[in-house]
Amino acid sequence: MNINWPILSVVTFLPLLGAAFIMLVRGNEALARGTARWVAMWTTLVTFAISLVMVWRFDATSAEFQFVEKHPWLGIASYHMGVDGISLPFVILTTALMPICILASWTSIQKRVKEYMIAFLMLETLMVGTFSALDLVLFYLFFEGGLIPMFLIIGVWGGPRRVYATFKFFLYTLLGSVLMLLAIMAMYWDAGTTDIPALLRHGFPLGLQKWAWLAFFASFAVKLPMWPVHTWLPDAHVEAPTAGSVILAAILLKMGGYGFLRFSLPMFPSASHDFAPLIFTLSVVAIIYTSLVALMQEDVKKLIAYSSVAHMGFVTMGIFALTPQGVAGGIFQMISHGIVSGALFLCVGVVYDRMHTREIAFYGGLVNRMPLFAAVFMVFTLANVGLPGTSGFVGEFLSLIGTFKINTAVATIATFGVILSAAYALWLYRKMIFGNLKPALVGIKDIGLREVLIFTPLVALTILFGVAPKPVLDMSAASVTQLLDNYKHALAAVPAPVKDATAVSIKMERAEMIPVSAAR
Amino acid sequence: MNQSMQWQAMLPILPEAVLAVGAMLMLMIGVSVPQSERSARIVNGLCIAVLALAAFVVVMLPAGRAVLFGGSFVVDDYAGFLKLLALTGSGGTLMLSLNWLTLEKQQKFEYGVLFLLSTLGMMLLISAADLIALYLGLEMMSLPLYVVAASNRDNRRSTEAGLKYFVLGALSSGMLLYGASLIYGFTGTVNFAGIAKATGQGAHLGLIFGLVFMFVGFCFKISAVPFHMWTPDVYEGAPTPVTAFFAAAPKVAGIAIFVRATVVAFPGITHEWQQIVVFVSIASMVLGAFAAIGQRNIKRLMAYSSIGHMGFALVGLAAATPEGVQGVLVYMSIYVAMTLGTFAVILSMRRDGMYVENISDLAGLARTHPTMAFFLAMLLFSLAGIPPLAGFFAKFYVFLAAIKAGLYTLAVIGVLSSVVGAYYYLSIIKIMYFDEPVKGFERMPGMLRLVLGVSGLSVMLFFAYPAPILDAATVAAKSLF
Repeated sequence: MNINWPILSVVTFLPLLGAAFIMLVRGNEALARGTARWVAMWTTLVTFAISLVMVWRFDATSAEFQFVEKHPWLGIASYHMGVDGISLPFVILTTALMPICILASWTSIQKRVKEYMIAFLMLETLMVGTFSALDLVLFYLFFEGGLIPMFLIIGVWGGPRRVYATFKFFLYTLLGSVLMLLAIMAMYWDAGTTDIPALLRHGFPLGLQKWAWLAFFASFAVKLPMWPVHTWLPDAHVEAPTAGSVILAAILLKMGGYGFLRFSLPMFPSASHDFAPLIFTLSVVAIIYTSLVALMQEDVKKLIAYSSVAHMGFVTMGIFALTPQGVAGGIFQMISHGIVSGALFLCVGVVYDRMHTREIAFYGGLVNRMPLFAAVFMVFTLANVGLPGTSGFVGEFLSLIGTFKINTAVATIATFGVILSAAYALWLYRKMIFGNLKPALVGIKDIGLREVLIFTPLVALTILFGVAPKPVLDMSAASVTQLLDNYKHALAAVPAPVKDATAVSIKMERAEMIPVSAAR
Repeated sequence: MNQSMQWQAMLPILPEAVLAVGAMLMLMIGVSVPQSERSARIVNGLCIAVLALAAFVVVMLPAGRAVLFGGSFVVDDYAGFLKLLALTGSGGTLMLSLNWLTLEKQQKFEYGVLFLLSTLGMMLLISAADLIALYLGLEMMSLPLYVVAASNRDNRRSTEAGLKYFVLGALSSGMLLYGASLIYGFTGTVNFAGIAKATGQGAHLGLIFGLVFMFVGFCFKISAVPFHMWTPDVYEGAPTPVTAFFAAAPKVAGIAIFVRATVVAFPGITHEWQQIVVFVSIASMVLGAFAAIGQRNIKRLMAYSSIGHMGFALVGLAAATPEGVQGVLVYMSIYVAMTLGTFAVILSMRRDGMYVENISDLAGLARTHPTMAFFLAMLLFSLAGIPPLAGFFAKFYVFLAAIKAGLYTLAVIGVLSSVVGAYYYLSIIKIMYFDEPVKGFERMPGMLRLVLGVSGLSVMLFFAYPAPILDAATVAAKSLF
C-alpha cells in the first residue's frame, strides 16, 4: 500500500501535460493533426494504465480515503486529493472512456483537430479532479472548470443549433452551481474548514443544513439532470459531437449523483431525510414522464438523451432510499449507464458518420448491410432496457429493491418505467435495424476495425458487469456501509421530532435485514 | 543632523516625490527636445520608467505605518498595496498607449506627463487620511483625466467625452465637498480618526447627510450605479488607450479611498452606511449585467462590465470586515490584470489602417489569430468568474466575506447577476470561436503582446500560486482595522 509518488495527481494532471504538449506542436496542418491525435491517444492510454495501478493497490476493505495528498494552497482551502470506494469507480470510468472517445473522434473530427484534442484532455483533468478532490473549493474549481472545455466542444464542433445548445448548457449549469458556491461559503464559516473529511465529521445546524442542501440540490439536480431542469440535456446531446455526447452522458451527468453521495447525504443527513420525498417525487416523474417523451422522439440522439434522464431517475431514487441496496444500486447504475449510454451514443455516431442524419425514420433494415453493428447495437439496447445478464439490470434491480423497502409506491411506479424503457428502446431497434432496407442505405458499410476496437471493451464490460457485478459492488461496499452508518448516527443524534426519528430507524433496521450480498 | 532627521521623516512620501519631480522633468525634456514627434516618443517612454521607479520605491519603503503632515497623509500596508496596483494600472495603460499614439499620429509629450500627474493624484488619494487631503488627491487625479479624455481634440466624440466627464465630475466633486463640509460641521474635525472618535456614540442625522453626499462623489469616481451615466459615453468617446486608463487606474484609487474613508472614519455608524453600500452594490451588479447584453461596441461593453465589477468589489466593502477589505483588494488586483489584458486586445483591433471597435469585428478570431483569441477567451471567462481562472477567486473572496457578515440577499443577487453577466462574455467568445471569420487584424505590436501575455498568464495561473497576492491583501486589510 505504500506509494511514495503522488499517483492521484499524476492521473489528474497527466492529460493537462499532454494538452500542453499538443499546444506546442507547430508544423504543417496534416502533421500537426496526426501528432495531436496520437499524443492524445497515448496520453489517455497511459493515464488509464496508471489509474489501473490505483485499482490494484486500492484497499477495498477500508472506507477511508486512500492515495491522499495534501498541500497548503489558498489559506482557507488546501490542495487535498484522495479517493474512496465511491469515487474510485468514477475515476476509472473517466480514464477508461477517454481513449475510446479519442478513437471515436479519429476520423469524424477533421477541423481544428489540435484544439479538439486539447479541449478533451483538459476536460479529462477536470473530471478526474472533480471525483478525487477532498476539498470543497478544489472540488468546485474542477466541477465548474469543466464547463469551459465542454462549452467549446459543443460550440465549435457541434451541429447546426450548437450555439443555442451550448449557451443553454453553460448557463443552466452555472446558475445551479453559483448557489452551491454560496452554500460552500456558509459551510466554511460554520465549520471553519472546507476540508471534506473534516466536514463529513462536522454536524451542521438544522437551519443551515436545509438551505445548504437546497443549494447543493440546485447544482446537482441540473447536472444530473432531474426533471424539471433536464431540458438542457436533449439540446446539448443532439448538438454535441459524438465523443462530446459520450462524455456528457457517461461522466458529466454522474457528477450530480456523485455530489449527492459525497456531500448532500453525509453532510446534511437531516435535510436529506426531510427532502427525500421531494427527490422520490421528482425521480418518479422523471422515470415515467421522460420515458413517455422518449417514445415520441424522431431523433435518435434525443431519444437516448431522454432515456438518460429516466435512468438517472433510478439513480436518485436509489440513493435517497438510503438503504444499502439502494445506494449500491445507485452507484452501480451510474457506472453501468456510463458504459451503456456512452456506447449507445457511439452507435449513433457510427451511422451518423456514414449518413449524416440522426432521423430515426431515415434508417431501416440496417441488419441487412451491417450485421456486426446490429449485434453490437442489440447488446446495448438490451442493457439499456435492463435485461438480466447485462449491467443495466443489476443497477435498476438493486435500486428498486432498496426503494421498495422504504417506499413501496415509488418503487412500484418506477417499475413501470422499466416497461416503458423496453418500449422505446425496442421500438427504436426495430425501426432502425429491422424491416426492409431503405434504398438510401444500400451502400452503407459495416463497422470497421477501428470501430470494432471501440466497441469490444464496452460490450465485454456490459456483459461482464451483468454476469459478475461483484468487483464493482465490492469496491464501494465499505464506503457505502460507512456512509449509511454515519447517516443513521447523525439522524439519531438530531433532536428532531421523536416520532419521525424512530420511524426512520425502524425502516433502516428492516432494510438491513437483507444484506447486500443477498441482493447480488 | 536635525535636517537629516527631517528628511528621514519625509521618506514615506518618496514615491509621490519621484512622480512629481519626474513629471516636471518630463515637461522640461518635452519642450527642450526639438521635433515634437520625437520628443513625445522619448517622454512617453520615459514616463513608464518613472512609474516603474515609483513602484520600486513603494516596494523598497520600510514596512509599517507612517503618518505625515499632521495626520493628513498616511502610509501603511494598505496604501502600499493599492499604490502598487495603481502604478501597475497606469504603467500598463501607458505601455498600451505607445503604439496607438504613433499610428493615430497623436504623439504629444503632454500625454505621458498627464498620466504621471493623474497617477500622483491617485497616490495622494490612496494615502489620504483626512478630508482635505482626500479632496486634493481626488482633484489632482481627475483634472488630468478630463484633459486626456479630450486629448484627441479634432474628434467630436472625444471632445464630447471630455466635456461630459468634466461637467459631471465637477458636479460630483461639488457634492463630495458639500458632504465633507457637513461632516466637518457635525464632528468638528477633518481627520478620519477624529471623525471616528466623534461618531463613536451614534450618528447625528446631519452627519449621515454628509456621508451620503460624500458617497455620491465616490460612486461617481468608481462609476457605481446610480452615478454611472457618464461611463458608457466617456468610455466609447475617449481615445481607446485613455479608456483603458479610465478602466484600470482611477478605479483602484477610487475604491481605495471609498474603503478607507468608510472603514476608518465611520466604524461607529457601520449599520447606516452598510445599507447604502449594499444598495449601490446590488444596483451596479444588476445594471452592469443586464445593460451590457445589448451592446455592440466593445468599449461600451467594457464600460458596463466595469460598472458590474465595481458592484462586485463593493460587496466586500458592504461586509465591513477585514475579510471584506481583503476581498476588495484581491478583487481590484485581479480586475486590473483582466482589464489591461482585455484592452491590449481591443487596441490590436486594427484592420486596413483603421481601428475598429465593434464586437462583430472579432468574428472568427480563433482562426485568424488563434493565440490572441485564446488569451482573450480566457480573460473573458475570468471576467465572468468561471474557475479555475483568477476572476473566480476575486468573486470568491468578496462573497465569502458577505456570507460571513450575513448579507445573504446581497450574495444571492450577486451570484445570480454574475450568471447573467456570463451571458455577454460568452457571446463574445461565441463570436470569436463559433462564427465564420472576417478579415484578420494587422499584426499585434510587441508591447501589446507583452501586456496581453503577462496579464493572460497571470489570470490563468493565479490558481497555481495565489499566495503572494492573498497574503499581501490580508496584511494590507489588517492595517485598516
